[in-house]
Amino acid sequence: MSETALGLDRVYVSFPIYQTGSRSLKKNLLSLGSAGRIARDANDHITIDALRNISLKIETGDRLALVGANGAGKTTLLRVMAGIYEPISGTVTVEGRISPMFDIGLGMDMDLNGYDNIRLRGLLLGLPSAQIEKLMSEIAEFTELGDYLNMPVRTYSSGMILRLTFSVATSFRPEILLMDEWILAGDGGFLAKAEGRINALISNASILVLASHNLKVCRKWCNKALWLNNGEIQAFGSSADVIDAFEATMKV
Amino acid sequence: MMADLLRRSARLHLAMRDVLDGAKLWPLWGKLGWNDILQRYRRSFLGPFWLTVSMAVMVIALGIVYSQIFKTPINDFMPFLCLGLLIWNFINTVLNNAGALFTGAESYVKQIRLPYSIYLYRFIWSNVIVFAHNAVIYLGVMIYYEVWPETFLYAIPGLLLLVLNGALASLYIGIISARFRDIPQIIVSLTQIAFYVTPIIWKPEILGSRSAILLFNPFHHLIEIVRGPLLGQLPSLESYTAVGIITAVNLAAAAAFFIRFRARISYWV
Repeated sequence: MSETALGLDRVYVSFPIYQTGSRSLKKNLLSLGSAGRIARDANDHITIDALRNISLKIETGDRLALVGANGAGKTTLLRVMAGIYEPISGTVTVEGRISPMFDIGLGMDMDLNGYDNIRLRGLLLGLPSAQIEKLMSEIAEFTELGDYLNMPVRTYSSGMILRLTFSVATSFRPEILLMDEWILAGDGGFLAKAEGRINALISNASILVLASHNLKVCRKWCNKALWLNNGEIQAFGSSADVIDAFEATMKV
Repeated sequence: MMADLLRRSARLHLAMRDVLDGAKLWPLWGKLGWNDILQRYRRSFLGPFWLTVSMAVMVIALGIVYSQIFKTPINDFMPFLCLGLLIWNFINTVLNNAGALFTGAESYVKQIRLPYSIYLYRFIWSNVIVFAHNAVIYLGVMIYYEVWPETFLYAIPGLLLLVLNGALASLYIGIISARFRDIPQIIVSLTQIAFYVTPIIWKPEILGSRSAILLFNPFHHLIEIVRGPLLGQLPSLESYTAVGIITAVNLAAAAAFFIRFRARISYWV
């Protein structure tokens, strides 16, 4: 297995807000407090500094939990790691293939059947067609959907769709797995199975980054944690220490 | 100064990689583009051929009406109108939907890192498929009115240039529209006017001595380099020159916008 690494160096991300031109709205937004700092750019557009001065480095075998209040920048940070947002300044270096699992329904064509959707999602995740066909039976088995795979996805429950997407996304040894907390929406039995699968993935020398409000899951799955506050790093270290500190502020 | 130069060359490099990486993902955009069409007509009996049927009805109806109005023989007018409408339909749908190139793919753009060019390939591909479906109508008209143009091979470079210009224009329209949401509305009104001032439902001869103004209508030249050869007449040198200039302008604009603003697209959608 090749070495994987994910590094961010002094990353800044700010969003232009074009809908709000007025100063009064700016004041309203400022009073919201927990969201990123609001500023104005050179052209006098209102911008929200979503991430400020983020530097971190994680390596093979690391499982990083992102914790923080709503609007602290967890999802934005995940998207920067995934290459979706290219930072305003600073650099992101990636060694290894990134597999984002953010949106449960992305690229899901409700009128296609399960098998065709597995193919489509495989293509979206960058798998060559031949490899998808090779993995097909294994994926189909893991979904536990049986004959439902021949039915249009339209007829599935959200839990069944989750099984489908999770199975495809984890079927090909993602090197760097980025997850938003939707993964916890699965039913109990499947979650246990998913955990087994994720443990297997980690032991195959890959990186996991998980953004979640469920601190219990963060402690269980992750060895490192990053606490984001208003788009800045509040603490970065072992998951036990950081999550303890974060929890302490939550209780007050 | 040096840093600025470095940033520019990095941008150029990333833009070029985007275009090439996107092209390599043809199984993905091929499938997505095809699904875009199927989705609209799923579970209908004719499927995508519904597009052809409605287009055919329009061609026949307009052909009969306008050949009466302009007092031109229908066997001369119908092939002209048919081709004009088919080509215009392609130009019109491309221009009117290009504004949603990136905003319409918001869920993809924000959830997964893909080369931005795949949204363009997907869009052009699905429009080319529709165009190909509609070409059946031209075959029908050809057989019915017994038109056998010997110059039809010259339509191939014309078609390629038409599709290329459609792609280039949609790229910068898509980028500008992601930032300024009024652009698609403006384009809709402009294309409506363009339809009437371009010889599609009327023949250029009608203008008589004033036909020189057509020289400045880019749509006329883009249509002419495809329609002319399929009607048995080679397009004029002016038309080819004009299309050359149009292509150069579109290429420069598309490249400039894509290189400069590619990384901003995900922030804008």
